[in-house]
Amino acid sequence: MAHVGAGLKRALSPRLAWSLAALLPLVFLGVFFAWPVVAIVALGVGEGGVLPVLARADTWDLVAFTLGQAAAATVLALVAGLPVAFLLARCRVRGTGLVRAAVMVPFVLPTVVVGLAFRALWPDGGVLPIVLANAFFNVAVVARTVGGLWAGVDRRAEDAARALGASRVRAFTSVVLPSLAPAIGSAASVVFLFCATSFGAVLVLGGARYRTVETEIYLRTVELFDLPGAAALSLVQFVAVIAVLVIGGAARRRRERALSLRVEPARRPTGGEWGVVAAAWLVVAALLTPVVGLVARSLATDDGWSFAGYAALAGTGERGTLAVSGLDAAVNSLRTATDATLVALVVGITSAVVLVGLRRHGTWFAETLDTALMLPLGVSAVTVGFGYLITMDALPGDFRTSPLLVPLAQALVVTPLVVRIVLPVLRAVDERLRQAAATLGASPWRVWREVDLPLAARSLLAAAGFGFVVALGEFGATSFLVRPDAPTLPVVIARLMSRPGELNSQMAYAACALLMVVTAVAVLVIERLRVPSGGEF
Amino acid sequence: MLRRVLPVVSAFALLTACSVTTSDAPPPGERVVTLVTHDSFAISPELLEEFKADTGITIKPLASGSAGELTNKLVLTKDAPIGDAVFGVDSTFASRALKEDVFAEYASPEARQGAQRYELDPPNRLHAVDVGDVCLNIDVAALRDIGEPKQLADLADPKYRDMLVVEDPATSSPGLAFLLNTIAVFGEQNWQNYWGQLKANGVKVVSGWEEAYTQDFSGSSGKGSRPIVVSYASSPSAEIGDDGTPRTKALPDTCYRQVEYAGVLNGAKNPDDAGKVVDFLLGEQVQADVPGQMYVYPSREGVTLPEAWTKAAPLPAGSRSLPAAEVDANRERWVQQWRTLVQG
Repeated sequence: MAHVGAGLKRALSPRLAWSLAALLPLVFLGVFFAWPVVAIVALGVGEGGVLPVLARADTWDLVAFTLGQAAAATVLALVAGLPVAFLLARCRVRGTGLVRAAVMVPFVLPTVVVGLAFRALWPDGGVLPIVLANAFFNVAVVARTVGGLWAGVDRRAEDAARALGASRVRAFTSVVLPSLAPAIGSAASVVFLFCATSFGAVLVLGGARYRTVETEIYLRTVELFDLPGAAALSLVQFVAVIAVLVIGGAARRRRERALSLRVEPARRPTGGEWGVVAAAWLVVAALLTPVVGLVARSLATDDGWSFAGYAALAGTGERGTLAVSGLDAAVNSLRTATDATLVALVVGITSAVVLVGLRRHGTWFAETLDTALMLPLGVSAVTVGFGYLITMDALPGDFRTSPLLVPLAQALVVTPLVVRIVLPVLRAVDERLRQAAATLGASPWRVWREVDLPLAARSLLAAAGFGFVVALGEFGATSFLVRPDAPTLPVVIARLMSRPGELNSQMAYAACALLMVVTAVAVLVIERLRVPSGGEF
Repeated sequence: MLRRVLPVVSAFALLTACSVTTSDAPPPGERVVTLVTHDSFAISPELLEEFKADTGITIKPLASGSAGELTNKLVLTKDAPIGDAVFGVDSTFASRALKEDVFAEYASPEARQGAQRYELDPPNRLHAVDVGDVCLNIDVAALRDIGEPKQLADLADPKYRDMLVVEDPATSSPGLAFLLNTIAVFGEQNWQNYWGQLKANGVKVVSGWEEAYTQDFSGSSGKGSRPIVVSYASSPSAEIGDDGTPRTKALPDTCYRQVEYAGVLNGAKNPDDAGKVVDFLLGEQVQADVPGQMYVYPSREGVTLPEAWTKAAPLPAGSRSLPAAEVDANRERWVQQWRTLVQG
């Protein structure tokens, strides 16, 4: 036996071993993403009529508007998110934990609710509120992704630059920014994909005037049953997304390099840094403004303030609007989000490790896998959902109605985030540390456990927390696949919003508040779990 | 190191314990009918319990989106249906599903009690369960001084300038019903002309009922700025003040009727049980339950409406509707023309 084992070990060249490990994410993506999407698009293409849609000028207006608003929202989210990332990663200031929780809250709010909140400020909708709403959702992505790397970047280079006479700005632009570039690139591509395919906010704020490729795919699939038209637009969306990913990937790669990563203790800001902290607080205040508005609405009634909406969460709404109580829905949300996070962590961490491993062996395969992992963020939830309808009955036990389908679909959205948060950190780990460990006789597993894991631990937890929160708030795929006897909170909120009656509306806003509290608590709990810093190196 | 990792691992173990994978599977041999419905389906749980006790059949509802989305899903999965019976295909989308042969033939004995009035096709594949009217709703107090509009044509009157909010027919089912209503009233020749007048008179178009009713309409809890909204004939029953008088009113001469149907799906695992579920939906108890649960009117004759409805939301007598086949043949073109006209 030992002999066979040794033989097997020799046969498994590192490249082959990596490729085998890559099977897990590939099979997951293949079954739950590529197969349904290809099936539904092929059905539309098969009916013909794809070319006329591509030839129409208004198709390209849609594309231009979609890309334009997404680009604007991405820039805005970056500008607003970087000071927050600095605050979270670098500063020892009171209340940072609360800021970390508060920043995540917008991310889970149902888009229709945020759409309504923004419409209260801009009653006629338009481009500005669409861009603001999309940025509002995504500041957390920037803060988390960039903050994850920033917390580990060695301060000494920056301090050295300052000691040599560089101004704060100069030290930031020539030392800090380049080392953060991979994480900024990661965040930008995720945010761009989220904004390019955001649905609810565009529908509510764009009204009948502003449409994106995503809303048009939804209309054609769901309302008009124009599958060829939807297929044509899906193909356009697909090509655009791949182009964005390839460009983003190339830009990222140019700047990626090993960094000296340490578990850096946060310190008290000095001088001009207070300005950045103040900017971060301003951003948080701006993010919380619509949130406070929602809480106020949950308490306001015709006859003054009341907790009736919150009390109603224990029940099923006015005249039994819901199949389960609001609290049951909250429990369902926690359960599905847990499953989705576990799946996404397994698939995402495997992918990230594989991507780092493959990169060292320099293969084109790594780039392709990286791009493929991101695609689910850029493809319409409706396309995936309708694809499930025509494919998943082929899986054992008619998988179309399985309770597992919702967490799996959510994991599809969460996995790319896990990869994007963990990968920049793993890649920044200095290869020499690994080589040193290996020279000292450590097995590859031991190297990973002793070198990579401690350095990446913080970002792994950040990814887990972030993924959990994303799954909690996910609405597109969930609403499509959820079983009525097990709705999640966002689904329940949408249903309450679609009924007349003051109590239903109050209860919907109270359910939003509950979702926000659950989110904040989840983030704070994960904060507690964070591996204590210092002392390792 | 272990001491630090342990809490993380145990936290995940704890979370896994509350995973969905632990959830229910029906015991073998149980008779289950999967009822595919639109999202607004609701029925009192005790009626489902009673039905199960009487017949041994468990109804498992499967919500599948709006009426249009539901219909599309049924057409898409007609070779491998996702359920056994369906409820919620409405008169706007029914012909598409009928043409695609989604439903099995089934003649419910209960259909003679009133549902036959809304019959669509002779082999009786679809049975009317309820009717819902999409009407203009007004904020009574806000219009007290200038008087309420009576007909759709009145909305073009400058005295109602900037007072109307409607839903986009491309994204909203009451919006589509309202567009069809204008076509039923003004005809293929003149409806675009009428919408031109509405536009000139400051009509506001929003994408869904939620925004129109809960945000722009002044008569709902949202206290918006517009006193006239496209909503349902039943909506005023939810807006009765503490003094017992309704704050809003549906205008009975501005209504368009949508009928919601149930049927047995072709390829149902157990068509007989699926048929019993259709009978159940048309039966007296569910029909009496329909207004309170789904804000629509029963199709059955002689069913008593809840008290709030007799006061605030009686069924309009003179509602209009277009023939299902005509709607199916023209829907896309009309919506497209509307988009060009109103967005342009």
